[in-house]
Amino acid sequence: MSSISIDETTRDPAFPGVFLRMDSIEKSFPGVKALQGVSFSVARGEVHGLVGENGAGKSTLMKVLAGAYHANGGQMELNGEIITAPTPAAMIERGVAVIYQEFAQADHLSVAENIFMNRLPRNQFGQINWAVAARDAETAMSRLGFNIDPRRTVGSLSVAQRQMVEIARASSRNAQLIVLDEPSAVLGDNELEKLFATIRSLQAEGVAFIYISHRLKEIFELCQRATVLRDGRMVSSRPIEEWTPDTLIQSMVGRPIADYFPKRNAQPGEEVLGVSGFSRGKALRNVSLTLRRGEIVGICGLAGAGRSELLRAIVGRDPVDAGEISLHGRKQDIASPRKAIQLGLGFAPEDRKTEGLFLSQSVKFNVTISKLGRFGSPAKLNLGKERGAVRDYVRQLRVKTPEVDTKIGTLSGGNQQKCVIAKQLNAQCDILLIDEPTRGVDVGARREIYELLVDLVEREGLAVLMVSSELPEIIGMCDRILVMREGEISAELPRGSSEEEIMKHATFH
Amino acid sequence: MAAPDRMTETAGRKFCIGLPRGAGLVWVLIGLCILATFLSPSFLNPVNVTNVLRQVALFGIVSVGMTFVILTKGIDLSVGSILGVCSVTTALLLVAGWTMPAVVAAVLVIGVLMGAVNGLGITLGGIPPFIMTLGMMVMGRGLALTLANGQPVSIGGRADEFMWLGRGAALGLPVPVWIFAIVAGVAIYVLRYTTYGRQIYAVGSNAEAAHLSGINVGLVTFSVYMISGFLASLTALIFVSRLTVGEPTAGTGIELEAIAITVIGGTSLFGGEGGILGTIIGAGILAILANIMNLLGISPFTQQIVKGAIIIGAALYEMLGKRRSRH
Repeated sequence: MSSISIDETTRDPAFPGVFLRMDSIEKSFPGVKALQGVSFSVARGEVHGLVGENGAGKSTLMKVLAGAYHANGGQMELNGEIITAPTPAAMIERGVAVIYQEFAQADHLSVAENIFMNRLPRNQFGQINWAVAARDAETAMSRLGFNIDPRRTVGSLSVAQRQMVEIARASSRNAQLIVLDEPSAVLGDNELEKLFATIRSLQAEGVAFIYISHRLKEIFELCQRATVLRDGRMVSSRPIEEWTPDTLIQSMVGRPIADYFPKRNAQPGEEVLGVSGFSRGKALRNVSLTLRRGEIVGICGLAGAGRSELLRAIVGRDPVDAGEISLHGRKQDIASPRKAIQLGLGFAPEDRKTEGLFLSQSVKFNVTISKLGRFGSPAKLNLGKERGAVRDYVRQLRVKTPEVDTKIGTLSGGNQQKCVIAKQLNAQCDILLIDEPTRGVDVGARREIYELLVDLVEREGLAVLMVSSELPEIIGMCDRILVMREGEISAELPRGSSEEEIMKHATFH
Repeated sequence: MAAPDRMTETAGRKFCIGLPRGAGLVWVLIGLCILATFLSPSFLNPVNVTNVLRQVALFGIVSVGMTFVILTKGIDLSVGSILGVCSVTTALLLVAGWTMPAVVAAVLVIGVLMGAVNGLGITLGGIPPFIMTLGMMVMGRGLALTLANGQPVSIGGRADEFMWLGRGAALGLPVPVWIFAIVAGVAIYVLRYTTYGRQIYAVGSNAEAAHLSGINVGLVTFSVYMISGFLASLTALIFVSRLTVGEPTAGTGIELEAIAITVIGGTSLFGGEGGILGTIIGAGILAILANIMNLLGISPFTQQIVKGAIIIGAALYEMLGKRRSRH
C-alpha cells in the first residue's frame, strides 16, 4: 500500500482542478434555516476537513451533496458539470459516496451483497453469479488492504469492519469523492491508523475525501484544507497550514471559548444519587458513582464505552446483572422508568426523535405526559390547569413556540430539548440524567440550554448527570468528569481538566 | 403574540383535538346530507333517517373500539368474529333459559376475554397485532360456526323480552342510537380528560418514549383490545335482538368497515393521531353514502367500488397533509 505525504499531494500536478463546487447552497426546514449561502469546493485528490459544532449544518450539507435533500437555493457542480437534478442515484453515478455515521447497510446480507448492492454480477441467464460476486468483493477489499470474508453477514462484523465494507463499496463504484461523517467516533487507535492509511492510498489514486470530525487532531494530521461551518454558514475555508487548533475552535464557536459556557458557582450539597457495582455483560463493568445536589457531573468516553447504557440502566430502562442504587441515602430498586420517575429521577435520552419525544403531539402533551397526576385525578384532568402550567414552563425555559398546542415536531432542536427538560421538571424530578444535551441543537440555542441547566442546578438544587461526546461541553459545564472506557469508569477528573487528559483515559495506549 | 389572538387561536384548536383534519370532515358530511336531499326526496323521510342513524350506531360502536386500537398503532381484525361468537352465544344462552341480565353479562365477558387473548398474544407474545387478530378472526369464526352447528340459532320465545335492545326506541330515537351515543360520549371523555386517554395517544405516537415516560405500554396495549372486544360483544347483543337469531356469520367483514370508518374519520394508521369525533363523522359519511346509493338504486357492486375509492382517497388526503407539514 502506498502512502503519500501531505506536501506531495498539494503540490502534485497530476491532480489539478476542482472536483466539487457547491455555490450558495440554501436549505431550510420548518423553524430552522439549516444552510444559508454555503459555498465550498473540494479539489481532486484532496482530503478536506469539514468542522463545526453539532447543528452547524455539516450533515445537512452532506445530505444535499448526496442528493438526499434538495437545496432550496444555490447550485452544485461536479467535475465542471452543473447538477440539475441531484437524486441519490445521480450523485452515486457521478462518483459521490457518502458514508454516514449510521451505516446504511443491510445487516442480514453478506459483505459481497452489500458491496455490490443493486449491481451483483450475473451470468448469461441473468442469475446472480455468487462465485464471481465473492471473488470481486475479495478483490475490492484486498486492494484496500482489508481482510474480511465476503460471505459473512454484515451484521456479524465489528463497527470498524463495517466501515471498511462501506469504503470498499464506495471505491468499487469508482467513487471520486468519498464523504466520511465522523468515521473515527467508532474506532480505536489501531483501527484509526488503518483508516488513515486507506484514505491516503485512495488519495494517491486521485480520490478526494470530505472528512468530518470533531477531533481536531485528526483534521491536522490528515487534511490539506479545512472548512468551518457555523450556524448553517460557511465561516472560513483555508489550507491547513493557515489554521491552528485555537483559531479553528474559535471559528467553530464564534467567540472565545472561555465565554461560551455560563460561569459556574458550584456548591454541591448532600449526595442524592449513589450507584455502586453496576454490571451488565460487557457493556457495564462494576460502575460506581455518586451525584450530589447542585452538582453537574459529566460522563464522557468513546462511542460504545457504555455511557448511554449506564444512564439507561440507572433509570431502569435496561436491566443490570448486579449493582445497587441509592437515592437520598436510601437503597432503591428501580425496575422500570416508571419507578424512576416516581422517585424523582428524570431521563432525557440521546435520540430525542425516536426515544424522547412524541413528535406528532403538542408541546403540552409532551411536557405533561410524565406526570399527569398533577392536574387532577386520573379520571378527571383539569385541562385549564395543565395549559397554565405548560405556559409557565414555556415562559420560564424560554421555549420559542407559537402556542402550547403546537406540534413539537415543528420546533427546532433546541426548543425541543427545552421541552424535554420541562417534562422532567413537570415530573418534579430533582435528579436529571441527560444524554447528549445539545445534540442537534443550533449553536445559539446551545448556550441557552447550558444556561438553563446551570440555572436549575444553582437555583433549584437540581443534580445533573450528563453524557456528552463533546469534550468542550463536558469541560465547560461539569464539576466532575467521569471517563468511561469499555464499560468501566477509567478515571474521575476534576473540573477544568484538559481534552488531552480526558482522551488519555478514554482510549487505550 | 397579543392576548386576544391567542384566545381565538386556542378556541379554534380546541375544537380540532379529536378531529385532526379540522372542520373539513364536518363539511363533507353536511355536503353529503344536502346532496342526498336533492337527489332523493325520501332521504329526509323520518323512517329513512332512523335507518341511517341505526346503521351509524351499529358500525359506530365497533368503530369506537377500532379507533382505540388504531390510536395505539394496532389493528383488530377479529371484531367481526368476536361479534359472531357473541351472537351465537347470546342465542344459545337465551334458549337455555338464562335470565336477560345474566345473558348480557356473560356475553360481554366473552367479548372482553376474546379481546384479552388478542392483547396477551400481542403484548406478552410479541405477535404483531395484524397477525394475532387475523388468527383470532379465523379461529373465532370457526368457533361461532361450531357452537351454532353451522346454522342460525333462533331465540324463539325469548324474542319479545329481548327485542327492545335492537328494535326499541326512546325519545323518538332507536335504542342502538342511544347506546352508541353513550359509548361515543364515554370514549370522547376518556381520550380527552383521563390519564389513560393520554397514555393511549402516547403509546401510539412513540412506544419507546412512552415507556421512558413511565407508561406501562404493555398494559395500555392489552387494554385497548379488551375494549374493542367488549364493544364487539355489545354490538352482537344488538344484532341478535334485531334479528331474533344468533347468526354464526354475523359481523363478517365488519372489521374492514370499522377500519375504513376510522381512517376516513382521520385517525392515523401510524398511531397517536385522531379521535372519536372523526370516527362518528366517518361512520356518518359511509352510512349516508350507502343510503344515497341505495335510494338511487345503484347496484351493491358499484357501491363497493365507490366505497373503496373513498377509503383510498381519505388515506391519500392524510398522506398529502403529512408531506405538506414536513416540508
